[in-house]
Amino acid sequence: MLSQVPKKTPRLRRTVARPLPPLAIVGANVEARMCGVTVTALPDGALWVAESKALIVSDLHLEKGSSYALRGQMLPPYDTHATLTRVAALMEALAPEIVVSLGDSFHDGAGVARLAERDRELLQSMIARCDWVWVEGNHDGRAPETLGGAVREVLHLGALVLRHEPTLGVAPGEIAGHLHPCAKVAGRGRSVRRRCFATDGERLVMPAFGAFTGGLNLRDEAFDPLFPDGAMALVLGKARVLPAPQERLLSD
Amino acid sequence: MDVPTLALPPRFEAWFAERGWRPRAHQLELVRRAQAGLSTLLIAPTGAGKTLAGFLPSLIELAPLADEGGLRRSHKLHTLYISPLKALTTDVARNLEAPAHEMQLGVRLETRTGDTPPHKRQRQRAHPPDILLTTPEQLCLLIASEHARVFFEDLQAVVIDEIHAIAPTKRGDLLALALARLRRWAPAHRRIGLSATVADEEGLVRWLLGAGASPRPPTPSPQGEGESVIVRAPPGATPVIDVLDSDARIPWAGHTARHAMPEVYEAIKRARLALVFVNTRAQAEMTFQELWRVNDDGLPIALHHGSLDVQQRRKVEAAMARGELRAVVCTSTLDLGIDWGDVDLVIQIGAPKGCARLVQRIGRANHRLDEPSRALLAPSNRFEVLECRAAQEAVLEGALDGADARAGGLDCLAQHVMGCACGEPFDADELYEEVASTAPYADLTRAQFDRVIDLVATGGYALRSYDRYKRIVQDLTTGRWRARNASVAQGHRMNVGAIIESEMLDVRLAMRAGMRPRPGVPKSDAPSPMTPGRRLGQIEEWFIEGLTPGDTFIFGGQILRLIGVRESDALVVRATAEQNPKIPSYAGGKFPLSTFLAERVRQLLHDPKRQKKLPQQVRDWIKMQKRRSVVPAPDDLLIETFPRGLKHYLVCYPFEGRLAHQTLGMLLSRRLERAGKKPLGFLASEYAVAVWGLDPMGDVDLDVLFDEDMLGDDLESWLAESTLMKSMFAKCAVIAGMIQRKAVAADKQTGRQVTFSADLIFDVLKQYEPDHILMQAALADAGEGYMDLKRLGALLRRIKGRLVHRDLPHVSPFAAPVMLEVGRVPIQGEAEEAILEDAASLIAEAMS
Repeated sequence: MLSQVPKKTPRLRRTVARPLPPLAIVGANVEARMCGVTVTALPDGALWVAESKALIVSDLHLEKGSSYALRGQMLPPYDTHATLTRVAALMEALAPEIVVSLGDSFHDGAGVARLAERDRELLQSMIARCDWVWVEGNHDGRAPETLGGAVREVLHLGALVLRHEPTLGVAPGEIAGHLHPCAKVAGRGRSVRRRCFATDGERLVMPAFGAFTGGLNLRDEAFDPLFPDGAMALVLGKARVLPAPQERLLSD
Repeated sequence: MDVPTLALPPRFEAWFAERGWRPRAHQLELVRRAQAGLSTLLIAPTGAGKTLAGFLPSLIELAPLADEGGLRRSHKLHTLYISPLKALTTDVARNLEAPAHEMQLGVRLETRTGDTPPHKRQRQRAHPPDILLTTPEQLCLLIASEHARVFFEDLQAVVIDEIHAIAPTKRGDLLALALARLRRWAPAHRRIGLSATVADEEGLVRWLLGAGASPRPPTPSPQGEGESVIVRAPPGATPVIDVLDSDARIPWAGHTARHAMPEVYEAIKRARLALVFVNTRAQAEMTFQELWRVNDDGLPIALHHGSLDVQQRRKVEAAMARGELRAVVCTSTLDLGIDWGDVDLVIQIGAPKGCARLVQRIGRANHRLDEPSRALLAPSNRFEVLECRAAQEAVLEGALDGADARAGGLDCLAQHVMGCACGEPFDADELYEEVASTAPYADLTRAQFDRVIDLVATGGYALRSYDRYKRIVQDLTTGRWRARNASVAQGHRMNVGAIIESEMLDVRLAMRAGMRPRPGVPKSDAPSPMTPGRRLGQIEEWFIEGLTPGDTFIFGGQILRLIGVRESDALVVRATAEQNPKIPSYAGGKFPLSTFLAERVRQLLHDPKRQKKLPQQVRDWIKMQKRRSVVPAPDDLLIETFPRGLKHYLVCYPFEGRLAHQTLGMLLSRRLERAGKKPLGFLASEYAVAVWGLDPMGDVDLDVLFDEDMLGDDLESWLAESTLMKSMFAKCAVIAGMIQRKAVAADKQTGRQVTFSADLIFDVLKQYEPDHILMQAALADAGEGYMDLKRLGALLRRIKGRLVHRDLPHVSPFAAPVMLEVGRVPIQGEAEEAILEDAASLIAEAMS
């Protein structure tokens, strides 16, 4: 199936117009309602669930730099520190009771062992400050457990269901990561590719939070089964979240 | 040069005689010098038998060896030939095989390029040919192989073709380093550089022979007894250059030269075969369309540019060679090397940008040295008329511009260090000496060199966390460095080179699958999906991104409609001719106006005597400028301020080329912003910079605004946000091996993902280690190329105290062309956010 079609030939599976998911732009953030729960997409790529005072970050991919270095590509060793500092700043600002790392917290299973001393200390101090939950991802196994916090395969947060990899089929209230959605927006003779949240009001896929994590274009067919009627991209701008409908986006 | 009385071996004499030829003086001189073991830089115009001159000494040396041993003798690599173009190696091999065969020399000569199959490469390594023809990248690969020393130690000669085109580039950095390595393994080999006429001959000699070399070495020296290293073929007849004085109105602005097409067509009609050079692919497409629009005689006119499919290009080249064409519209793809036919006229559409380039292009016409080349310059706007005239004068005087020799890139050095470690283990002291002996790295300090070693070994970070994952390790007993393991070496070999191409999409005709009605299957109204069909060529990704599906554009001389993008394919269908295609916007040539030519344009502008030959319309335009404003003296900078519409403009005319102007425009905008002038945008052309805003700008202190200190803090703060800097960094990171385009393991990364992750890496590195050596390398590149800081610095120094300000009631004649180009150019940095916000505002509407 073509990812872009001529203007005048509407995409067949979008012939039935579906209302856009209910969104509200509140300051720099965008609020969405899922199963009656308000979730707030933050410009940094984290999700805030006010009613449970829960901060959700996904795909931190800590120690990705050192993982590449092991194989001979000497990426800068500062990614873990950069990522953790950003989570810490959000914790400072929002004072969450629960912090959820939604899987792929480390780039590989041996990542925990490679943590630099100062990063390990920083992470442990963060874990000690709240109820920290590691949702298991396909990259990490049970390794993060040794740092403290709880490990869950799935976490229920009121009506919301948090898991790393999105399930196929209907999944109301599901918040997942894994796919690293990115949006490519065109205009003024060029295009900008940024990380984004993707939601159709039923479910939501989180952007990757890690400093070195790239992304998969929201127009990729991997997203088709998750959002059969299309999705909204909540694109991460420099200082605010900007919504854009999927059909406005470009494929790579 | 005295005509040497040297006699060639009998079968060579006979071969020349059979063809009714005589060896030319410079060819004999090269043989004589080679016999004395001397290296040479041969400067010769096209058609002077340059290639044969380069190889003749080798063939003469090899002939008796082959006679003794026959073809089955155990071969040693005798001569290495390097050219920047893969196609040129194949072409030269073909041209050499003929005489070698006719003289029954029994010489084995082979090419080795990216297309050479693995089994042939392996065989070449084990049993080298007498003469190997290859590219700089392949040489780097050979050096990074384990038995490189054995392979090269019998080497007698290195021939480097089109040396003027390679030397001032990053590929030139890598090649200079590789040559230094060859010198270690085969100390006695001679080098022959083949070059077109250049401005900086000494720089080329140094590049060819090492930092210490000079064109006239002192006596005694291994380079010969005080005689020149440079051999000159006699120059061809002085070219005949005309600047088209069009009867039509010469446009104020624009780059299409559409007005001149009927006259260009007439010139083509009078010629046997014309090459029509343009500066960009978009211009090539446009010119091709326009020529066919007026082609009432149905002349065979073809199109040739780098984005076209290789097969298509080969077809055009073959047709040229067969003499079936009357004109070929082409970009720089036909600048170099290969001769494709009996060209007798070169037409340059639009400004030539530089004299050396123009001379090279003109040289494509008429390969018989005794007849003058004929060229016609067709300027596309009034400023370009001045540029063409200045270039014409310069070429006739024999004055040339040229790329300055540049300092070697640290990223290239890193790649070379890794390559050395993959081949024979190296000693750091020895390698430093070797590297510093090359011209590009002559000023490299030992401390910088050690930082590069550290970069290769552990990434070179202040935080020493990768000391346990070294890419290269030092042997404890010998102290020599080698690659840590085979997989690291393999990773390097897969990523050799300094050519980082902009991302390209394949243009393919879309086909509708299953259109034919089948019996028993009811006809469906729903169109079946489009699938990619025949490949038409390649196109820059950024260009397609600017289109929306449904838009039309010209490609390969056809009007196409974009259907969509699928993976790396742009799917298109043919659109009918009467539709108005959305022509690619002119993004400027790849090459900015040269400093040398710019200076001549400024002088011409101020010298009424030399303006007599200019078209009347242009003279009137200059006269009007004098009346309404002022024509500045060559070293002055004219600044005009005036209102127009609801906006206020500041326009200045440095004539320093688009790249330097872009940087200047950016920095002026920042300064005006700080001065509270609320600039809204700026535009940079090859000749001028315009900034505009809502407030009058006439009262700004211009001496302060144009002060040299703008290259300090303002530049730094801009660079921190600039996307240019990110893309510079990404290229350096790839060349230095920090990011590998091709991974050994399964996790294949596409070019795009590399760009993306390079952005993220840049952000993190900028925050945590802004002084990292690759950041320095990226900054150096930005200064040289894309931002032209060197040139901007020189401009700001030149105009100190020489600002001429005119506060005008309305737009001046010189400003008019600039104003016509003023489009939607938002201040960069804000632009990205603006794109996102555009999309968001749509939603706001939809939701309200």
